[in-house]
Amino acid sequence: MRGATGVDGALPGLRDAVADRARPAEDGDAVAGVVPRYVVRPTSTAETAAVMAVAAAHDLCVVARGAGTKQDWGVPPRRVDLVVDTTGLTGVVEHVAGDLVCVVRAGTPVESLQAVLAEAGQQLALDLPLPGATLGGTVAVSTSGPRRLLYGTMRDLLIGVTFVRADGIVASAGGKVVKNVAGYDFGKLLTGSYGTLGVVTEAVVRLHPRPVAQRVVRCPVAGPADAGRLAAAVLGSQLVPSAVEVEQRGDGPVAVTVLLEGIESGVDLRAAGTRDLLGADAAVDDRLPPGFTDLPFGAGGTGLKVTSTITGVAAVLESLRRAGTRQGVEVAVRGSAMGVLHAGLPAGTPPGAVAAVVEAVRAVAREHDGSAVVLTAPPDVRAEVDVWGPVPGLDLMRRVKDELDPGHRLAPGRFVGGI
Amino acid sequence: MASPVLETLAARLRSELGDDAVLTDRAQLRTYECDGLAQYKVTPGLVALPRGTGDVAAVVRACNEAGVPYVARGSGTGLSGGALPHADGVLVVTSQMREILEVDPANQRAVVEPGVINLAVTRAAAPDGYYYAPDPSSQQVCSIGGNVAENSGGAHCLKYGFTTNHVLGVELVEPAGTVVRLGGKAPDPPGYDLLGAFVGSEGTLGIATEVTVRLVRAPETVRTLLAAFPSTDEAGGAVSAIIGAGVVPAAVEMMDALAIEAAEAAVQCGYPEGAGAVLIVELDGPAAEVEAQFAEVERHCRDNAATEIRVAADDVERALFWKGRKSAFAAVGRISPDYIVQDGVIPRTALPDVLRRIAALSAETGVRVANVFHAGDGNLHPLVLFDDSVPGQAEQAETVSGAILDLCVEYGGSITGEHGVGADKAKYMPRMFTDDDLDTMQMLRCAFDPRHLSNPGKIFPTPRLCGEVPGRRKGPHPLQAAGLAEVF
Repeated sequence: MRGATGVDGALPGLRDAVADRARPAEDGDAVAGVVPRYVVRPTSTAETAAVMAVAAAHDLCVVARGAGTKQDWGVPPRRVDLVVDTTGLTGVVEHVAGDLVCVVRAGTPVESLQAVLAEAGQQLALDLPLPGATLGGTVAVSTSGPRRLLYGTMRDLLIGVTFVRADGIVASAGGKVVKNVAGYDFGKLLTGSYGTLGVVTEAVVRLHPRPVAQRVVRCPVAGPADAGRLAAAVLGSQLVPSAVEVEQRGDGPVAVTVLLEGIESGVDLRAAGTRDLLGADAAVDDRLPPGFTDLPFGAGGTGLKVTSTITGVAAVLESLRRAGTRQGVEVAVRGSAMGVLHAGLPAGTPPGAVAAVVEAVRAVAREHDGSAVVLTAPPDVRAEVDVWGPVPGLDLMRRVKDELDPGHRLAPGRFVGGI
Repeated sequence: MASPVLETLAARLRSELGDDAVLTDRAQLRTYECDGLAQYKVTPGLVALPRGTGDVAAVVRACNEAGVPYVARGSGTGLSGGALPHADGVLVVTSQMREILEVDPANQRAVVEPGVINLAVTRAAAPDGYYYAPDPSSQQVCSIGGNVAENSGGAHCLKYGFTTNHVLGVELVEPAGTVVRLGGKAPDPPGYDLLGAFVGSEGTLGIATEVTVRLVRAPETVRTLLAAFPSTDEAGGAVSAIIGAGVVPAAVEMMDALAIEAAEAAVQCGYPEGAGAVLIVELDGPAAEVEAQFAEVERHCRDNAATEIRVAADDVERALFWKGRKSAFAAVGRISPDYIVQDGVIPRTALPDVLRRIAALSAETGVRVANVFHAGDGNLHPLVLFDDSVPGQAEQAETVSGAILDLCVEYGGSITGEHGVGADKAKYMPRMFTDDDLDTMQMLRCAFDPRHLSNPGKIFPTPRLCGEVPGRRKGPHPLQAAGLAEVF
C-alpha cells in the first residue's frame, strides 16, 4: 500500500519528527546521481531516531549526509528516498581537556572541532583530506592523511559512538574513557561502513596534545625504487616520524616528505638524522608543503586508494607509473609510505584506460597483501570498473548487514558486495 | 564425561585430531576448571588440544553439528572468567599452537599462532630492533590469542594503544566452522572492520587461529623514574600536571601505601619507606626529547610534594621498579589470605575524587582496599582484601568491589579497562549500557554465532534470540530453557 504508509505518505510523519525541518528533495540533493524524495535535518539524536522510525514505517531508503564532501564515494545507492542531513547535529557536547577526550555531535565540521581543541593546546590527530567534512562523515568513510603513520586512523581515535539503527532504535557503544573493553567495539564496525549500518549522531574521540614544533624534510628521488628504499629507511629508524609521504606525478621524479613533530630542541636533531638517511638533496623546512594532506584527485576525476605492505610501496608506485604511461594518462600519486597511497586520474580519461590502470595496480597491490579501491569516479568509469575489488570476509559482512538492517534500507548498494 | 553427546563428540574428535589431542579423563579436565579468576570453577566436558587451523575448524564443526557449546582458552591467565569452561561443552585450548610463523621487520609485522606467548613475540623481534607493544602484566605467560580475545592492554598502552591497535589481521574459525581471513599485513582492508569488532569479543565471535601483529621500532631512549609522595592526592596531582603539560609518557603507574606494603613483602622491590603513594613514570623515544621531557616530569613530581625521586640508572634498576608494580596482584596474597582484583576505569581527572570515595567505602565497611593503577589512563585495579575463612567476608568484599564499579560508571568510566567482561561482569553490563545498547551488540553476535555456541554466557547478562523481533519477552528465554545459556 502506498499513500499513508508508503514512500508517498512519509512527509507529514517526517515533518513531525523534526519540527518541520523536512522538505521535498531538489536536484542538488542527489546522491551520486540518485535523487531522493525528501530531506530532513534533525538537531538531536532523539529527532534522528524519530526520523528513522518514520523511515522504517514507510520503507524509506536512507542516506545520511554531513557536508556532502564524499557523497559520490562508493557505488551509487540503488535507491534513496530520504537524505538525513546531519549538519543540524553540531557542537562539542563535552571537552574535558585533562582527560584528552571530547564528545562531539556528528554533524560538527572537523575544522570547527579542531578550533575548539586548539584553544586547549589539543587536537584530534587526524588529517582532513577534504575541507568542510563533518566528523560523522569522516567516521562513515574513514578518511585519513599523512599523520596516520603515528596516530592511526579514525578507528583508533574513536572511543565511543551513539548511532540510530535502521529501525529507529538509539544505541551506544564504547564510552568516554580511552581504556575500555566493555562490550563489542561498534565504533570500529561503523568506521568506514559508508552509512550502511546506522546513522551516527554523536562520537567520542580521544585527543592528543598539539606538538609545539615541527620540521619537514623533503627530498626528490629518481624513481619508485629509490623512494621505497629511502622511505623504508626512515620508517625503520628511531626518529619517530609523524608522517613519511611519497608523491609521484606521471613518470616524473618521486618526492619523499618526512614530518617530524615534537619540541624545538628535538625536531632539529631528528631532522638532521632524517637528512642523513635521505641524502644531501634533502631540504629541511618548518612548514608543510602546500597540499600536504590533499587527495591527488578532484571533481570529475577518478580517485583510488591503494594499500600494500611497506616493501610493496615501490612496486605500487611503479605499476601506477607504467600503467599510466601505457594508457597515455598522467596518474598522480600521494600517500603514506606505510602502505596507503591515493592515486588520481584526471577527468575525461577514457573509462577503458581507467579500468586498465585499476586492474594493473590491483594485481600488484594484491601481491603485496593489499587492495585497490575506486573511491570516486564519473558514471561512465564506474560502469567499466569493479569499484571495490575482491573483499575477503564478505559473507560475514553480509550477515552483519542483514542483522542490523534487514530491510537493506541504509544506503543500499553503496558498499562492498552490493551491501 | 557425562553425556552420550559428548562421548560421541570425543570419539569423532579423536579420529580427526588424534587420541592425544582430546582429554576426557576427569583429573586432567579438572586442571582446566578455571582461568586466572579462580573463584569460578567449571570442569569442562572435554578438552581439545588442536595443533593447527584445520584442527580448530574440525572441533568447531563437530560442536556445531552436535549443538555443543565450546570455549576457547589460551594460557588461561584471564581475570574475568572469559575462558570459564562449559560443563557440557568443549574447551578448545590453543596452547599447542605456539609457532611464530614469520617475523617480518621490513614490514614491521609478525605472524603468529594464537598460543604464542606475548613476550615471545618481542623476543623474536628484538634482534631486529623491534618489539610487540601491548604488555599486560602477565606477558611472560599470556597468549596472543587470549590477548586478541580480551583486547589486552598493559602499562604502556597509554602511549602505544591496546591489542586492537596492534593487530592487523587474523585468520579465524567462525562459529559455522568456516575459516575466514580478516585483514593482513597491509592497512585498511576494504569492507566492514570486522577485525576491529572481533578483537576484544572475548571468544564469542569465533576462535583466532593466526594473528598478524604490528611490530614497533624499539625507542632510542627509555627513562624511568620512581617518585614517592605523601599520599595518592599529591601523586595524582603530579600525573595531572604531567599530562596537562602535553607530555605523553610511555607509562604512568601508581600504587598506594597498602599495595606498596604488599609488593615489598613479596618481592623486596625497595620502594621508598613510608611512602603514601609511588608513581612510576616512563618516557621513551628520541633521546633529546626524552631528556627534556624527563626533566619536566621530575619538576612536576617535585612541585607536587614528591618526597623522593629515584631515576633508574640502568635496565636492572628499571626492572626493579617494574617488578614491584607488575607483581602487585600476586603480592597482595602476602598481606591478605584472599582478594578480588577489580578492573574499572574513570576519567583520569576524577582520580582524586574516586580514590577518596574508595577510601570512605573501605572505612565504612572495614574492607581493606589496596590500589594499583594505570594512572595515565584512569584504569584502576583496586585489590579488595578479605579472608574467606571468616563467614560473610567474601560477600562483603564482593559488595565493596561492585560498589567500586558503580563509582566508575557514576564518573563516566567503564566497568572494565582490560580484563574483560567474561563471566564475572556480565551482570554489571546493564549498569553501563541500556537494553537497546546490549541488544544491538547482540545483533553482531547473532551475525557471527546465531546458535550461541561460541563461549555462551559471557559478556551479556541475557542472551538475545537471534532473529527475534525486539520487544518484551515472557517466561524463560528459549536459549536458557535449552540449557545453552544462563541468566546472570
